[in-house]
Amino acid sequence: MSAEATKAIEPKVLWGGGRSPFSLSYGKMMMWFFLISDALTFGGLLVSLGFARHAAMENEWSWPSSDQVFTHFPGTHASLPLLYVAFMTFILIISSVTMVLAVEAGHRMDKKKVTFWLALTVVGGLIFVGSQVWEWSTFIAGPDGNIFTWDDNATLKQNFFLPLLDSAGNAITKDGHILLGTEGPQAYAMFFFFITGFHGFHVFSGVVINFIILLNVMKGTYEKRGHYEMVEKVGLYWHFVDLVWVFVFTFYYLL
Amino acid sequence: MLERDDIIEYSLHAHHSEEEGKKIRKKIVFVTVLLSIITVVEVLVGVFFSRYEFDGTGTWMAIKYMYLGLTLLKAGYIVMVFMHLGDERKNIRWMILAPYIAFVLYLIFIALDEAVAVGQAM
Repeated sequence: MSAEATKAIEPKVLWGGGRSPFSLSYGKMMMWFFLISDALTFGGLLVSLGFARHAAMENEWSWPSSDQVFTHFPGTHASLPLLYVAFMTFILIISSVTMVLAVEAGHRMDKKKVTFWLALTVVGGLIFVGSQVWEWSTFIAGPDGNIFTWDDNATLKQNFFLPLLDSAGNAITKDGHILLGTEGPQAYAMFFFFITGFHGFHVFSGVVINFIILLNVMKGTYEKRGHYEMVEKVGLYWHFVDLVWVFVFTFYYLL
Repeated sequence: MLERDDIIEYSLHAHHSEEEGKKIRKKIVFVTVLLSIITVVEVLVGVFFSRYEFDGTGTWMAIKYMYLGLTLLKAGYIVMVFMHLGDERKNIRWMILAPYIAFVLYLIFIALDEAVAVGQAM
């Protein structure tokens, strides 16, 4: 995209000093460095989820069946696994697309289009954060629909993916073995709220940052500056948030 | 226009024409459609092949690796096209990707390997 990056420049000149060997501006490179460190944080969190999951592998039923975890959808009581999360995923992908269109418009110095696409990106981000609020509250409320009673909370208290009980009320596997100390659902819930919460915080801060940049675009700050690189930089962050969600979606709802 | 003479303003060279923009937008649309299709496939497989029914079977193993493959494919398109890493110089591309991939692969290996040992000990 950046013409400087596609130019064939001799290594001697490229690395000879007085210029960036990467043909990147300082701000963009620092955004990449930040994203790497952030990616390491998320990578560490998801790998720790994998650790808990594989440590519980001995008993295959001790871990919730991911696709059955969240089966709600607004306006209906039917069990619709994955549908709502698919909707959230789609929203985030689309807001990523509007962001990349804003960046593209920025490269043509098209202020009106940048404003339009960036505004849509902010709206998409808000819809995602709102969806997550609904998902969390429905999740915490549990079967009785009351968010203030924690005792019935299926996800946090019991393994409701394991409806089999013996006569004494012990949870058992399909072959009749009693399950002792299944920490799967609780561990799953803790990781779930921590990682989706951490991601949700990223989305929220992304929306705030995008909004600030949108105001600057409308004020004409970047028109005056001669380039819309700020949009590109927040775009990198926004795409990263989408990227993380792709992995969260797989490791929480699919696997 | 605020131009500085002490640094090279790479950002000023990043502009492209209307025709180039059309080509880029075409690519964006293509990637959007591709990402949407992959997501739909993932969700459909998730709905019809629940782990609850298939756990421990060869089918589930195949589905698991399919999910991982599709996720990495999606991630690749987001990083290379949406984040424009594919358009950057080769040296910055590898400086970003190689250390991260090496570190995370090792982390995955050591964490999962230890986890299995912990699981057996419990």
